[in-house]
Amino acid sequence: MNVRVFFLLLWLPIAAQAQGFAGLGATGDGFAVPERGVPLTFPADHGPHPDYRIEWWYLTATLTGPDGTPYGLQWTLFRSALAPEAGAGWDAPQLWMGHAAVTTPDRHFVTERLARGGVGQAGVTASPFVAWIDDWQMAGDTFDEMRLTATGPDFAYDMALLANGPLVLQGDAGYSVKSAAGQASYYYSQPFFDISGTLVLPEGEVPVTGQAWLDREWSSQPLASDQTGWDWFSLVFDDGARLMGFALRGDDTFTAATWIAPDGQATAYPDGAFQAEPLSQSTVAGRQIPTRWQVRLPDKGIDVTVEALNEAAWMDVSVPYWEGPVMVSGSHSGRGYLEMTGYE
Amino acid sequence: MTRVILSALTSHWWRNPVQLFTLLAGLALATALWSGVQAINAEARASYDAAAATLGEAQFDQLVASDGGLIAQDTYIALRRAGWLVSPVVEGRLQGVRVVGLDPLTAPGGLGPVSLSEGADIGAFLFGAGQLFGRAEVLEALGDTGADLIVANDIAPGTIITDIGLAQRLLGQDGAVNRLLVAPVQPLIQRPLSEVAPDLSRRAAEGGSDVGRLTDSFHLNLTAFGLLSFAVGIFIVNGAIGLAFEERRSMVRTLRALGVPLGRLMALIVAELLAFALLAGVIGVGIGYLIAAALLPDVAATLRGLYGADVGGTLSLRPVWWLSGLAIAVGGTGLAAGAALYRLWRMPLLASAQPRAWAMAAGQGRLWQAALSALLLVIAGGLTLWGEGLAAGFGLLAALLIGAALALPVVLDLVLGLGERLSRPGLVQWFWADTRQQLPGLSLALMALLLAMAANVGVSTMVSSFRLTFTGFLDQRLASELYVSAADDAQAEALVAYVTPRVRAVLPLISVELTVAGLPAELYAARDDATYRDNWQFLEAVPDPWDLLARGEGVLVNEQLFRRAGLSLGDAVSVATDTALPIIGVYGDYGNPVGQVILTETLFRTLYPDIGPLRFGLRLPPEDVADLRSTLRDDFGLAEGAMINQAAIKAFSLEVFDRTFTVTTALNVLTLAVAAFAILMSLLTLAALRVPQLAPVWALGLTRKALGRFEVARAILLAVLTTLMALPLGLALAWVLLAVVNVEAFGWRLPMFLFPGDYARLTLFALGAALLAALWPARKLARTPPAALLKVFSNER
Repeated sequence: MNVRVFFLLLWLPIAAQAQGFAGLGATGDGFAVPERGVPLTFPADHGPHPDYRIEWWYLTATLTGPDGTPYGLQWTLFRSALAPEAGAGWDAPQLWMGHAAVTTPDRHFVTERLARGGVGQAGVTASPFVAWIDDWQMAGDTFDEMRLTATGPDFAYDMALLANGPLVLQGDAGYSVKSAAGQASYYYSQPFFDISGTLVLPEGEVPVTGQAWLDREWSSQPLASDQTGWDWFSLVFDDGARLMGFALRGDDTFTAATWIAPDGQATAYPDGAFQAEPLSQSTVAGRQIPTRWQVRLPDKGIDVTVEALNEAAWMDVSVPYWEGPVMVSGSHSGRGYLEMTGYE
Repeated sequence: MTRVILSALTSHWWRNPVQLFTLLAGLALATALWSGVQAINAEARASYDAAAATLGEAQFDQLVASDGGLIAQDTYIALRRAGWLVSPVVEGRLQGVRVVGLDPLTAPGGLGPVSLSEGADIGAFLFGAGQLFGRAEVLEALGDTGADLIVANDIAPGTIITDIGLAQRLLGQDGAVNRLLVAPVQPLIQRPLSEVAPDLSRRAAEGGSDVGRLTDSFHLNLTAFGLLSFAVGIFIVNGAIGLAFEERRSMVRTLRALGVPLGRLMALIVAELLAFALLAGVIGVGIGYLIAAALLPDVAATLRGLYGADVGGTLSLRPVWWLSGLAIAVGGTGLAAGAALYRLWRMPLLASAQPRAWAMAAGQGRLWQAALSALLLVIAGGLTLWGEGLAAGFGLLAALLIGAALALPVVLDLVLGLGERLSRPGLVQWFWADTRQQLPGLSLALMALLLAMAANVGVSTMVSSFRLTFTGFLDQRLASELYVSAADDAQAEALVAYVTPRVRAVLPLISVELTVAGLPAELYAARDDATYRDNWQFLEAVPDPWDLLARGEGVLVNEQLFRRAGLSLGDAVSVATDTALPIIGVYGDYGNPVGQVILTETLFRTLYPDIGPLRFGLRLPPEDVADLRSTLRDDFGLAEGAMINQAAIKAFSLEVFDRTFTVTTALNVLTLAVAAFAILMSLLTLAALRVPQLAPVWALGLTRKALGRFEVARAILLAVLTTLMALPLGLALAWVLLAVVNVEAFGWRLPMFLFPGDYARLTLFALGAALLAALWPARKLARTPPAALLKVFSNER
């Protein structure tokens, strides 16, 4: 059996009625559903929420080498539950998937790990904070100061994270609406990590520094049934402000955005305020993927071109998607990360 | 024009239906035996591959506990967290079914139930009641476990695949795994194994399953038989084609004289042969399928009994096999027809047709044949002296058999020439001379007979010698009168306490699997008891081995391990992580595929305190066995199935043994039958051609009846001479099988015994076959109308 096909099915338990990322739109029987107005509490909410169907700890970073070469890295831990309980041993219905990647201007390194919950191979504890799968770790005494490691067959990294700004609650105090029909998730971010450390690449070790952005999100039913994928932007402008914006593609495109001032002050924007328009496509992994975008948030005077550092940042994993560092120019300049899913 | 040529060509076959039948039947038989054997081999290999793929031994390195025991699940997690991409496997037996538990999330690519995606709910495999994948009969054998049963025919026979969690629960093995598969690609950074899990050792991927390696010799045996039958069949075809071509020479000459281009003619003849080959191939593959289907259950039983390899008992049709059957038929035809085609091509346009030329033009060819034969026999001698490995053993067999077969016509010619010279002029001398003159036409059939008989003698000697040795070995090894097994340690303790006052001795049977000299082996504990001293015989040993063993100063090893690892007496063998002891004796251990080491019980228990005995051999007077059985059952409450007496084990072992060679015997008989057929066909075709030679003898006053009797006598004379040569060849073959092939294939050398009764029976059978084969042509000859004989004179060419 092909493990990847296997896992694709597993990751999308209701594969019969939906395909690919659209499977996230299935109804979550027995699972808890996010509710507006429930305050997030820390550090407890840094930890896992086993009664929600899916959850992730999603860190991306834009980095610069000693010679000015731009790099990007990704460290992601996904949790997917077969049933709304933590469980123990091999019977625990919690499954974990880790993705790690490093992107250089001309290469893209990716690797994946899969694990069962309940036996100690993967998991997350809130305090002290440890998120791990196999030998990969994001861990620290507090959430503000952590060490991040991952290794694949042809790359590795070992980084230090230091938060120099507050947590940012997305949407309505962490309640993030994902469709006009009201599908939602809990969503907060730490977009203010300074990151530094070493990339181990085939050509040798590279010391790097940069900015990292951590997204935390959990839900049981994040997409509407007609939504087939998303385009997700996390941009860090040179002036210290940040923009998170996404467009969910469906019968009608649904967008949302959060403007984050340099001091962490967040402004959420409803559907339609944020616009992302593909400018040009690239052929990546045999499909057409927009790797150049025009992104606008007129309320803040944002009108920028977002362009992939490396068009080939294809995540060739169980559920493949595009994820890579981007360069921002236009009304504002900066760097960021772009994630695109559901391109067949 | 093509149609005219074709109809001219085919007219020959309509006038000679026996020749057509010979050609098709010979080809079909050759294809049938060959493809039948191939089908059996393919089926068995598919089963091994399924097993190996299921368990991943073939593709992936493994980590196993150095002491052969279980691996703590915590060790697995520690390895994962140290950067080791390993995947756990749980394995055990339940109701005789092999239960394998895998973790699909970490298992390296391609491992696990293949059809899981077919409507399977993945969550159901990992979570909840769970799922068991296996063949229908295996799922049934396992009974109700509460899990969902999924029929999957691509899973190895006798095996169930399930999730690791469920497997641990079913096998009562929570928190422990049997081995770890190492993914081929590992991360850039990982902590050394010696630091994370010092108790584990890494075993390299085998590149083929254990079972596959062990059973190679068995399949090679079958293949050798298939090839032999094929060779015999091709002899028949060669004879038929050669004859047909010679008879058609005049027609070919006529056609060419009429202006048919040689190229076109050759192409049409090739097309004609190709059509025959395909027709015979289809028939042959069909018959081969029937043969394979009939023999497969026995082969499956053999492989299970001898090697513990599970092979499905039903044959599946594989397209590859059909194609290879047809290819071998076409190839065989090409082989058989090549020389005839060449001669036809080189035939001068105006040369007169010489129907007997092919049979007579033997002189120079004979010289070449003798030289080739001598060369092959020299190669065989060289391989006997210096050859190493199984391939060399089979090479030796092939060189010996082919060399001897090629020598046969030369030897027969010499013997017949001698007979001719020694006899008085007249009828007797004519008989010798005429027999000698017929030799070239019959030699292929006689070679076939020689090969078939020699194979028969050789294989039956090997099997019978093996059986004698094996029976003696069973008496030696199965000394205890009753064998009992306990369900767990507590019951074992109670059982020992219960039987000790009732029997003369209780011999615990404890073992652990370990790796010795890089080979998988079993370590057994032996209690110091007269049973062993009295019954066991050593192939090699130091003085007083039992005393040394009892003092824990040495170990005994079986012959397989001794030979495979190239050990000698006194060499140290590792029996635990840091204990090694010298070898003090080597014992025969027939029928056991793996190596074995025997250690004294006291030392075994010190080294492996956690392993308690669950099986025991009980020594008591044979007449008391029945009583003890019923007491154990009624008083102690031991299940009937947990007791087996010596006689039953012996009977079972011998049954396994006999089934092992059922297939060999069946193939043997088939080969001999093909050889008899070859003689019949050669004689039949020759009979028709010989009329011009017999006519003068008849004209001199010999009756047709007498001519017929001479024909029969000639066939018997040739069969007797061939048999005389086949017997020593067969014995040489037996020696090679016992002393060379067996040692390489199984790791044991068997003493050779002779069975004159068997050989006499075989000789009678061969003579009978020759007689039967000669009767029809002789009868035909005796009834040749005088007019036909007269025509020879009136019809001078």
